[in-house]
Amino acid sequence: MYPISMQSFGVHAILVEWPNKVDENILDDILAFIQDLKKNRLDEKEWELVPSYNSLTLIQRAKPIDFEPFCKNLQEWYNNKGKTKAAQKFLWRLPVCYDLDFGIDLQEVSEVLNISISEIILMHTSNIYTVYSIGFLPGFMYLGGLPKALETSRKTTPRLKIEKGAVGLAGKQTGLYPQESPGGWNIIGNCSVSIFNAKNEPPCFVNVGDKIQFNSISRAEYDLHKIEGEVGIYQLEKIEVDA
Amino acid sequence: MLKLLKSGFFTTLQDLGRFGYRNKGVPVSGVMDAETVSKINMLLANISNAPVMEITMTGPTAIFEADTFIVLGGAEMSVTLNNKPIYNYKVYQVYKGDILSYGRLEKGFRNYLAIKDGFSSEKILGSSSLYFPLTKNSCLKENDSIRYEKHPAFEPKISELKVDSFLNERVLHIHKGPEFQILNDKQLEQLFIKTFTVAKENNRMAYQLHEMIEGHCFSMLTSATMPGTIQFTPAGKLIILMKDGQTTGGYPRIFQLSDKAINILAQKKYGDNISFKLI
Repeated sequence: MYPISMQSFGVHAILVEWPNKVDENILDDILAFIQDLKKNRLDEKEWELVPSYNSLTLIQRAKPIDFEPFCKNLQEWYNNKGKTKAAQKFLWRLPVCYDLDFGIDLQEVSEVLNISISEIILMHTSNIYTVYSIGFLPGFMYLGGLPKALETSRKTTPRLKIEKGAVGLAGKQTGLYPQESPGGWNIIGNCSVSIFNAKNEPPCFVNVGDKIQFNSISRAEYDLHKIEGEVGIYQLEKIEVDA
Repeated sequence: MLKLLKSGFFTTLQDLGRFGYRNKGVPVSGVMDAETVSKINMLLANISNAPVMEITMTGPTAIFEADTFIVLGGAEMSVTLNNKPIYNYKVYQVYKGDILSYGRLEKGFRNYLAIKDGFSSEKILGSSSLYFPLTKNSCLKENDSIRYEKHPAFEPKISELKVDSFLNERVLHIHKGPEFQILNDKQLEQLFIKTFTVAKENNRMAYQLHEMIEGHCFSMLTSATMPGTIQFTPAGKLIILMKDGQTTGGYPRIFQLSDKAINILAQKKYGDNISFKLI
């Protein structure tokens, strides 16, 4: 249990906030609350629940929310959620090819950080990251847990076009571009798996709270995954994580 | 089919939006001016979610390939059907071979073309709204053909609607947003005394405002945003997120537009003036 605060966010939404920090226990508590709300309290057809770091936004599609009675209920539901667990979380091992063809900024990052390319890859792949939020673009994950040694500043001039699947570093963050987009991150590799596919239900297999680990693959493996992906036989490695 | 001989500046297909995927980063999309669309779909006895064509700034020239009924609404553009002028909020019967042609923008920014039973297109994640990268393009292109059902007969209950136009409305009603409390007296004064101008950077994702106010150095964790959220950048810029806007953001959310204010803003273009009023 944490002290939580609630405020109206327009007439269709309520923002619930937990203590202001990046903390996995807080994220777990938010996800457990979501699970309880979905199971016992709110109709998923009418409500959207958007978790992000230390907040949960509840959006009612059509009708305005009667703020005061709803907040009273919400606080009560939170107090009584008891030991409801968050939904099953997974660790996803995402294959990334760190070839210089993809890792167009690897050389520069290596010089700036004064770490060899192989060491950068080793550090980037040995760490396990937590998905704190999904937003900005469909399927774009905000990952926490980058080793301090890999923190870099953004590129001074953003690129107009970054390839789909590009894996990048920027400040305290690492992540991957689910679609081609403009962006200012330092690109160090490319993931052979599509994180977001509008034809799938759900369109993005990753949920907030899941874990991500990058797995270094060769160019040949990358090309093979791409072909397997196209014919739909590629099996992504996922491992259940205890809450 | 309705075949586009010319596409216009930004002509897109939209319904009321794509709901249920914001936790995966998918914007809701949907028509920018929902009030207008509910009226014109109603005139055709369509369901409220029937897809319409959203026509921004300059419109298409298009040929109907089957008989049906249409209604226009929203921005005033000089539109003709077989070279004869037609008007907003009035049901027109169209026949195979008829040519619809959009001319000058007179007032507002977005016109809507509703068709009996709606345009039909592939639904992606429960919605026909075009949004790249979920759909191949965000807008329709020259020579695109958009499917609709043939309707040789239809008796409208009301064939014309007198509409209280909000195209001249400049005041946007707003609610306090989650980070409202970071605003100091000077910023508040600037926000409520100033008239703001719509910047060149305005589209279905967001409207930026030209005038800046005093900046800030508040930093926050990324959190949810919605259509109508006013973001406040450290430099003092105001960005109003619209229907294709991102689902999360890291800038303080100082205000939230009312539903009506979103419709009003959707009809504003580069250089138009607006001001804010707290609800």
